[in-house]
Amino acid sequence: MDAILLQILNGLDKGGAYALIALGLTLVFGTLGVVNFAHGALFMLGAFCAVTFNQLIGLEKVTIDPTQTTPWGSPVEIRVPMIEEWLGPTGTFILDYSVPFSILAAIPVMIVIGLIMERGLIQFFYRRPHAEQILVTFGLAIVLQEIIKSFFGANPIPQNPPDTLRAAADIGALFGFEPGNIVYPYWRLVYFLFSAIVIGCVFAFLQLTTFGMVVRAGMADRETVGLFGIDIEKRFTVVFGLAAVVAGLAGVMYTPILPPDYHMGMDFLVLSFVVVVVGGMGSLPGAVAAGFMLGILQSFASMTEVKSIFPGIDQIIIYLVAVIILLVRPRGLMGRKGVMEG
Amino acid sequence: MVDFLNPSRRGVLKGGAAVGAGLAMPTIFSSKAWAADYLNKPTGDTVTFGFNVPQTGPYADEGADELRAYQLAVKHLNGEGDGGMLNTMNPTVLTGNGVLGKKVAFVTGDTQTKSDAARASAKRMIEKDGALMITGGSSSGVAIAVQSLCQEAGVIFMAGLTHSNDTTGKDKRRNGFRHFFNAYMSGAALAPVLKDEYGNDRKAYHLTADYTWGWTQEESIKNSTEALGWETVNAVRTPLGAGDFSQYITPVLNSDADVLILNHYGKDMVNSLTQAVQFGLRDKQVNGKDFAVVVPLYSRLMAQGAGENVKGILGTTNWHWSLQDEGSKAFVKSFGEEYGFPPSQAAHTCYVQAILYADACERAGTFAPCGVVEALEGFEFDGMGNGPTLYRAADHQCFKKVLVVKGNENPTSQFDILEVVQEVPAEQVTYDPSIFGGELGECNNGA
Amino acid sequence: MTKIVRETAHGDAIRFSLFAVLILAMPVWLVPFGAAYPDLMQKFAIYGLFAIGFNILFGLTGYLSFGHAAFLGVGSYTAVWSFKLLGMNPLPAIALAILLAGAFAWVIGYVSLRRTGIYFAILTLAFAQMSYNLAYSVLTPITNGETGLRVLNSDPRVLDHMMGAGEVDGPLVTNLFGMEMSGLPGFYFCAVWLLIGMFISFRIFRSPFGLMLMAIKSNQNRMNYTGISTRPYALTAFVISGMYAGLAGALLCVTDPLAGAERMQWTASGEVVLMTILGGAGTLLGPMLGAGIIKYSENIFSAFNEQTLHNIFGFLPDGIEGAVVSVAGLFVGEGWHLTLGLLFMLIVIFLPGGLIEGGHRIQAAVARRGKGGGSGHQAQPQAAE
Repeated sequence: MDAILLQILNGLDKGGAYALIALGLTLVFGTLGVVNFAHGALFMLGAFCAVTFNQLIGLEKVTIDPTQTTPWGSPVEIRVPMIEEWLGPTGTFILDYSVPFSILAAIPVMIVIGLIMERGLIQFFYRRPHAEQILVTFGLAIVLQEIIKSFFGANPIPQNPPDTLRAAADIGALFGFEPGNIVYPYWRLVYFLFSAIVIGCVFAFLQLTTFGMVVRAGMADRETVGLFGIDIEKRFTVVFGLAAVVAGLAGVMYTPILPPDYHMGMDFLVLSFVVVVVGGMGSLPGAVAAGFMLGILQSFASMTEVKSIFPGIDQIIIYLVAVIILLVRPRGLMGRKGVMEG
Repeated sequence: MVDFLNPSRRGVLKGGAAVGAGLAMPTIFSSKAWAADYLNKPTGDTVTFGFNVPQTGPYADEGADELRAYQLAVKHLNGEGDGGMLNTMNPTVLTGNGVLGKKVAFVTGDTQTKSDAARASAKRMIEKDGALMITGGSSSGVAIAVQSLCQEAGVIFMAGLTHSNDTTGKDKRRNGFRHFFNAYMSGAALAPVLKDEYGNDRKAYHLTADYTWGWTQEESIKNSTEALGWETVNAVRTPLGAGDFSQYITPVLNSDADVLILNHYGKDMVNSLTQAVQFGLRDKQVNGKDFAVVVPLYSRLMAQGAGENVKGILGTTNWHWSLQDEGSKAFVKSFGEEYGFPPSQAAHTCYVQAILYADACERAGTFAPCGVVEALEGFEFDGMGNGPTLYRAADHQCFKKVLVVKGNENPTSQFDILEVVQEVPAEQVTYDPSIFGGELGECNNGA
Repeated sequence: MTKIVRETAHGDAIRFSLFAVLILAMPVWLVPFGAAYPDLMQKFAIYGLFAIGFNILFGLTGYLSFGHAAFLGVGSYTAVWSFKLLGMNPLPAIALAILLAGAFAWVIGYVSLRRTGIYFAILTLAFAQMSYNLAYSVLTPITNGETGLRVLNSDPRVLDHMMGAGEVDGPLVTNLFGMEMSGLPGFYFCAVWLLIGMFISFRIFRSPFGLMLMAIKSNQNRMNYTGISTRPYALTAFVISGMYAGLAGALLCVTDPLAGAERMQWTASGEVVLMTILGGAGTLLGPMLGAGIIKYSENIFSAFNEQTLHNIFGFLPDGIEGAVVSVAGLFVGEGWHLTLGLLFMLIVIFLPGGLIEGGHRIQAAVARRGKGGGSGHQAQPQAAE
């Protein structure tokens, strides 16, 4: 029982990440009609926003102690983070909370990256075949990750959650279970909440604002909206920026769970496409539902009890689900009838 | 090139004819020296080594460090720089005057940590660049694939970082040599320390990367811990590159295991360790004992990626820059002066392998693979950072001290991640070569 | 695509013989490019075959498969198992590999072709990833997992033993009735298969079947409305291209008897897509060209290091040389992926028809200049849509 509850928690947590990545991907597909293989790279860039922010605020004043030398001959360096020197305890606090604080930095950066990508490249591919969209964005993804690699190297770079959130919470005890059996890291709970909030914000934005209404109308029937004299393309640019921000934030907050490296975008790319397709191309609720569903399924498939019946099931479950869904219900869980139905 | 891009008939004909006429017989027909008694016999005043390291993919940083070490080794062999471990190696016939009077040159290639790419790259070095020896690599699959290629082609393979028992076990080859230690040695070295630290009544839970190396390590660690009296509660296989390991870690919480053993390397290790610590495993008490996490194979470069989570976690490593013997000090010094930071264990093993090969050629008086094999088999040396070392003739595996290390609680620099707990002597990790099976076969000169 | 139909049989014969001459003369004209060593030429031929086969599906029907690496892998494993069980003769291995890869392609194609567009791509991708993941882990008894499947001296090799060639000293190399399939003979063996593959591809492009496939690409709905069921045609194309992939996989093992699981990874499938588009999807020669360029850059650019760069730019003054080398260093050696990524972007952005289209454009420009800007336009092909 405890094991199952824990796996559901795992699934929700994973699902949060999947849903966030898939949300942006399907937003771009639904509005712009572009299959963006560089979306994983946006996730990765977000994570590296956190890394850069952390390194910037962690800039250290280096004083050299000439009396000591390291075994390789250079003098020993004494490093003090400048921000601690300037701001005292506040500085220490900012350093400690660098991951959540870097959200503030990541939002403008990701918007700019998104806008540059859309205006500089994607907009020329609206009317090109999907195959070419896939290829050009795939090329872009490679270029982006290689640039990151040349700055940050290939090894993962650790990012710590804030000290207070570093441990695990005994949430079983809260709900009257035996204490110590259902413990879950605070940061993962934070991540789940965070993804729920971001998803909520995106939906609210699309449902409650006029801008969102126009965008939704554009998703449904681009031509008619254009006939009303609305410059839908300009709004779609903003949507692309929004998608970039969502992917970037997913990356920022994921860094304490998965130390980021230059390749993490590619690692999530295939998976996020599967999520989008299972949810239904262009369906936002579908992407979210599919994200959580696949997260939970993946968690259950990894249980020893399940693996002993189906060896290797945890290796293929995601793809297996995708195949079944596509064959049984080609428009995905919540895709509208007739949209990209093949 | 342009002619081929644009296959207009006449253009191609003209271009092709011009190229054909403009060239003498291509080297591939003429200069492959059929008369030579071995493949790629150097005829000029240089001898070419092939450095085949991962330059792209997850182990690119490790590969870059290997390449740095190789370049340093070439410098030292050619008498540039301060000579590094050439000064401490004992016995040696190397004088810093190249090898057998020839300057050492090198070519590089990218293994991509894929067997196919690694073999293609090694073949290029052998077929095109005339390399006599291939060395490097950062995973066992690649090492085994390239080793058998070198055996078939008839050049020497000096393995880089490869930890699987198979490399010098069931997949050993006469033309291949490994200086790095293996999973069996990790288990044998780690077990007594584990007993001292955690007692002999423990329940272990393994998470194992689901591929060949992971399995051999799991088996080796299981055997040596069970010999201590530990019980293995469960051993769960995780997909390579799983990223998020939470669904494998939560069952550990609910089992009555009190030790988690992570048979992961590289990114998998960084992720699983980070996540295991976040799940509070290290603060946990089970059966009245403190829960412990063990990472049997450590790599300092990779451990950097796990940050503070490695603190206090036990594992083994082939070599560490903080060692205080003469050889290690000399190597750290010349590497640090060249590049500004200390070398990794991958860099160390690669440097040593290049020097050992050169030394063997010098002693054999020939570059012919069979001569080199004979010179390396049973070779005993010291002063290369791991104490007295034997290149065992029966399986081409080096036997030397193995380091048991622990994540440093109070690191003084970003490189000071591990502290050496114990230097386990070679005798304790030596095993009977027959336990892993396999055949060395005959040496191959290639021509 | 209308242009192709106008090609005459005579023109095709000339094209094909030129292609054959170029392929067979590779050991000569590749020398100045530093690529005239057997392994790379074998790779050119093999991946060329792979891309040519892929082009029959993607170039003609427009179905974008992201899972063709799976068939390459199946071909490889089949070939090695044939070596292990039957013997080192490449012919049975190739025959079995083509058959099995074809059968596998039929199963996957039958299921996947129920969908089109991006859904089809994801389906094929899913199948290939499942094959890869399983081959790397639980199927290790069959595939030997990470280490790769190899031929061992202790394997049965029934035919070899019947012929009295069972005991071999030294390495086991595939041999065709006594001729060892490594080095140059290995290349020529692959080249012959490449020519056969190319010939079949020519015939398919010019056949009514090929026309039908092109019709699927231009408008499948219209085909369906006219009462023609297109799926059998698409499935046939899928199986044929799967067989090409199986053949390529088998040849990889003929020249080097080892089959590794990473051949089936999705990035490997992506590679053949890139090859095809780089050269020109839907053109006859494009895929071969793309395969050549990608394999060339993989093997040559990645081998550049600082030392080689210094040799190349040695003629520059010291300060400039240092700067040039450090900039160039970003794109070669460990940075060769960056070059590859940029190349794709540039090609897709500016030459969606691939390099072949670029060639035609240059040709047209030259022709225009020669004839005073008159009739160059007719040589312009339509972009592959």
